[in-house]
Amino acid sequence: MELLNYDFMQRAVLAALLTGLAAPAVGTYLVHRRLALMGDGIGHVALTGVAVGLLTGWAPVWTAVVVAVIGALAIELVRAHGKASGDVALAMLFYGGIAGGVLLTGLAGSTAATLNTYLFGSITTVSQEDLVVIGVLAVAVIVLSIGLGPQLFAVCQDEEYARACGIPVRLYSILIAVMAAVTVAVAMRTVGLLLVSALMVVPVATSMQLTRGFRATFALALALGVAPSLGGVVFAYYVDVAPGASIVVFALAGFVLAWPLGTAVRRARRRRRTNGEDPRVTGVHVPTEEHPHQHDDECGHPAVEHGDHTDYLHDGHLHAAHGKHYDEH
Amino acid sequence: MTERVVDVRGLHVTLGEQPVLHGIDFHVDAGEVVTLLGANGSGKSTLVRAVAGLVPAAAGDIALFGRPLRSFREWRRIGYVPQRTTAAGGVPATVKEVVASGRLARRKPFVPASRADRDAVTRAIDLVGLADRTNDGIDTLSGGQQQRALIARAAAGEPDLLVLDEPNAGVDIRSQEAFARSLRTFVASGRTVLLVLHEMGPLASLVDRAVALDSGRVVHDGPPPGRADAGAHEGQEPGRAAAARAAAGMTEDLTPGHGAAGVPDDHPHSNEEQGGPFGWNS
Repeated sequence: MELLNYDFMQRAVLAALLTGLAAPAVGTYLVHRRLALMGDGIGHVALTGVAVGLLTGWAPVWTAVVVAVIGALAIELVRAHGKASGDVALAMLFYGGIAGGVLLTGLAGSTAATLNTYLFGSITTVSQEDLVVIGVLAVAVIVLSIGLGPQLFAVCQDEEYARACGIPVRLYSILIAVMAAVTVAVAMRTVGLLLVSALMVVPVATSMQLTRGFRATFALALALGVAPSLGGVVFAYYVDVAPGASIVVFALAGFVLAWPLGTAVRRARRRRRTNGEDPRVTGVHVPTEEHPHQHDDECGHPAVEHGDHTDYLHDGHLHAAHGKHYDEH
Repeated sequence: MTERVVDVRGLHVTLGEQPVLHGIDFHVDAGEVVTLLGANGSGKSTLVRAVAGLVPAAAGDIALFGRPLRSFREWRRIGYVPQRTTAAGGVPATVKEVVASGRLARRKPFVPASRADRDAVTRAIDLVGLADRTNDGIDTLSGGQQQRALIARAAAGEPDLLVLDEPNAGVDIRSQEAFARSLRTFVASGRTVLLVLHEMGPLASLVDRAVALDSGRVVHDGPPPGRADAGAHEGQEPGRAAAARAAAGMTEDLTPGHGAAGVPDDHPHSNEEQGGPFGWNS
């Protein structure tokens, strides 16, 4: 791997690895919540953040984080209110983000080529300072998305139920939005702002073809995010293209391969499935297992009237006398 | 001296601009099975959602386990089963994962599920008869099975009060009977149930008291319609409620923390293990 002899390439590969893990981690929650396009919207808004950095001379990665977080909170606010005009408000936010970004970049005297390195990524531009920022933010996102997994899953699966459990739903919703915004800023050097959403969504969609559960989907999506990220960056080294494009094309190729496989897996699973029902619960006659104990009024087990007979509550089962044995009722 | 589990006084609820509940007075005592009946739009779902803290009260008071809703924090004592919606998440989730959410009121962030958490989930899935489907995607289940999974989710939290919003709506008769059976076991262990029903179906024999709503007002509070003792004046205790309470008093002994005094010594599988979904030993 002589390409790793170059410092810039080492940094690019590390950045791709971190991005490939963080983006699908947040993406799984976004897809579960049916907010697959949220990353796209935040990416648009973050462009204004980058331009603010170019104009002021501050590090673009930090200004992008700040503006992306503000944008993400605005999107979350509109979503939580659930107004019918919400999608129009979001559309305007996205257009404003792109237009503001291009306008401010022009005012800063930067060229379209500079802008392109943020829109579609660039392997040669990851500086040492960038890498530190990317590392800290990506690790924070990954730790939160795993450590708070059960809570975030519950909020995305059934918001109302989560609230009835006393989970601070608003807080977790904001956390998801902020994590998405941070991921966008982390990813802008590798896949770029316009394609970051693809790395959040495509590995999850591919993973879903093959898995049954949320945790399995999450874990596989991380692997499916890392592979095209690394592959795309290396490809961009040999063939001079924007890494964002090659990463996303690789990720999509993975989806195209997984799709027929997933269809076959699902068909096989459906054939195997017995529609197993527990007769104890669905009401067929079930004698209890060996039961030497004799229930009567004084036996100490709570008696419960059941239509024309009496059941006894016994270790979580209701027992009813039936001839010489007991039935589960 | 039964505990008042739910106590609603003079409750007004407004959704959007629309007043839905107009001064509801309503209570549920420990060990009771109370059903809310009424036509669509009568406000019965809104009332249970207000009790579960999901819609704000415009006026009036709600108390849970003797505490005003505003300062109530013991959400683990309540198991809420929402009306089943067809909208599932965008990512597949297994029955086990969905049911495991029911433990969250008892878990701390960043702490992995304990042995007790995992056992309670297994028992709750057993209770509703879905043990064979534990690791299947929830979206591969029939409507009735999905509803049972949501009941298992509430049961996994080992609540003292189960609140169910139309558990039988659009559910096949097999699942309805399975649900009635699970509920019988739950009630026999002395817990309290508040449920919204469109029609009583197989649950009729379980219900102690029916509260009928019409246009956001209570129009009946007493024995469920069609019962032999229906027509008895308000407040008279139906026979089953008394029996259930007697059972409640005895099963208290089975639950952890009360010792195992009610279990005979010669009992083949008596033990003092951790309680199950509803506080029994298994």
